Amino acid sequence: MFEVAPFIPFFVAALIALFVRGWPRALLMIAVPVLGLANLWLLGPGSFGAYSVLDFDLLLFRADRLSLLFGYLFHIAALIAIIYSLHLRDTMQQVASLLYAGSALGAVFAGDLLTLFIFWELLALTSVFLVWARRTGRAYLAGLRYFTLQILSGLLLLGGIIFYAQTQGSLEFGHIGLGQGAQASMGQWMIFLAFGIKCAFPFFHNWLTDAYPESTPTGTVFLSAFTTKVAVYALARAYPGTELLVYIGATMACFPIFYAVIENDLRRVLAYSLINQLGFMVVGIGIGTSLAINGAVAHAFNDVIFKGLLFMSMGAVLQMTGRINGSELGGLYKTMPKTTVLCIIGAASISAFPLFSGFVSKSMIMSAAIKNGHDWVWLILLFASAGVFHHAGIKIPYFAFFAHDSGLRAKEPPTNMLVAMSIAAALCLAVGIYPQALYRLLPFEMAYSPYDITHVLTQLQLLFFSALAFVWLNLRRLYPPELPSVNLDAEWLYRRLLPTAARGFVTGVFRLDERLRKSALRMIERLLTAMTSHYKPDGVMARSWLTGSMVAGVVLVLGVYLLLGFSR
Amino acid sequence: MSGDKSDFFDKPDNVRRLLRIFYGICALLVALDFVVHRHTEFRWEGLPAFYPLYGFVGCVLLVIVAKWMRRFLMRPEDYYDRAELVDSDSQGGRGDV
Repeated sequence: MFEVAPFIPFFVAALIALFVRGWPRALLMIAVPVLGLANLWLLGPGSFGAYSVLDFDLLLFRADRLSLLFGYLFHIAALIAIIYSLHLRDTMQQVASLLYAGSALGAVFAGDLLTLFIFWELLALTSVFLVWARRTGRAYLAGLRYFTLQILSGLLLLGGIIFYAQTQGSLEFGHIGLGQGAQASMGQWMIFLAFGIKCAFPFFHNWLTDAYPESTPTGTVFLSAFTTKVAVYALARAYPGTELLVYIGATMACFPIFYAVIENDLRRVLAYSLINQLGFMVVGIGIGTSLAINGAVAHAFNDVIFKGLLFMSMGAVLQMTGRINGSELGGLYKTMPKTTVLCIIGAASISAFPLFSGFVSKSMIMSAAIKNGHDWVWLILLFASAGVFHHAGIKIPYFAFFAHDSGLRAKEPPTNMLVAMSIAAALCLAVGIYPQALYRLLPFEMAYSPYDITHVLTQLQLLFFSALAFVWLNLRRLYPPELPSVNLDAEWLYRRLLPTAARGFVTGVFRLDERLRKSALRMIERLLTAMTSHYKPDGVMARSWLTGSMVAGVVLVLGVYLLLGFSR
Repeated sequence: MSGDKSDFFDKPDNVRRLLRIFYGICALLVALDFVVHRHTEFRWEGLPAFYPLYGFVGCVLLVIVAKWMRRFLMRPEDYYDRAELVDSDSQGGRGDV
């Protein structure tokens, strides 16, 4: 049979989309993920497309249960996002989104590190156009910063691959690990860091909170689905069971929720909560047992759907009102009831309410954490779960659709947006109600049921009392109001400190240069006055000489000649 | 669903009724803690009303700390734009150093 790698349909369709427009383009864009999914289903586990470059054997397509699940997920996410953006008349954005989805599929099915690197860079290259598609000054600059960090990640990956290939002699993309003591090599750490940048590790996370909220309403939906999940996949394949990841993940789950509480731009709130959800997955990968890995992968699956749904609902608000700041929104439930309900479904899913999708995957990571003796990490994750509900589950719908009436009377978004959101909402509920369907696709076989009375009761207690805290703080007027503001984060280092320092350095160099020139000029001036002073009427050179002294001079010179002649 | 006539949440009575139901559910959930025997894996988990307390205290702390963080993290909305957008707008003009 003729085998087609999953990324090829997307790339071909992107090429065709350049030349067709109107409904043929729409049809093409919907057909690609549907047919691609069928193609992937038929391909199943296996590998093909071996080629060799120099002395290395490379593999274009290698599928096992882990990569297949991400493959299915990316097709579904692409389909939802494409439907959501059907109303667009923007060739650049539509072509870039197809290429971007294709690159993600290429990376997930890459059998070797060099192929992975190529798609890794393509991800960066194609996705930055989705940021620039907003066509504002802010988006342009945010895109540049995003692109710089993504390329940095790619370069680290390439460097790491070179070192790694030298020690291992093979480029196969399998378990890499950090190694112990003397075995630890530079290459392993560089690859780890490259994955970490794309996975928004602390201090490298600001590309996400910077660029995603600056993208278009539709672009953000694509962005939120692919880049970080490719990184999660890469970590799950190469670094499962790395203990460092448990602590990195716990940090990622924890600190963004503080920022999310005080952030005003609601899509930036979602970006912070995306990092928080990634934290859960990273903890799962770090624990590395089959339950934990399953949990991390299942959570990645669910996160793409419910985070996509939340980004879509906020995108709809932005699209219809032109605003996204919590301080300017409110009361939209009156005219956007459907969007409100869909947003609440997404909010319930991310908060892990029973019967919604987050519940069935987050619990696996939590159970794995406590089973492996990570008590403190478990407590942090529990706190993060309560915090998620607080900032994503309540804050997002509350400030957008309820709170004080902003006076905005926006209509419901176009039908295609509502359809896309409904599909995502249906998936959230389906996975939540019948989790076995998802469990069957997970990398490891397991018997796990999230619905026992202890688990449901404790989760409900946690969530309801988090909500009670919100109600109490609001009634006591202790809840921080939404304020138009910027909150400093690690990005301050390269957005403020570095430019200021660079500016200071350049000014310093210029000032030094100026001072040097000035003193040089002054010295020349002084030389000139000294010279001219000798030629002035009574200067040394302009004086009239006595004949006797001239003769004495000539005698002196001749004497010197004589001496020189003797010394021969 | 027009904005002119008052909607569901515009009436304080409705809000009050909803809140009362919500408080009822919260009370019920705590009460269930003493009725249902739940299995525990963590030493603090067995404490009565551990989860409700953790959720409530955790969230109140979260908000208070976040509010406190505002004191040293918050900057005006155009904090970055002021410098960055000026730089990019004057591209091609005089070289801004």
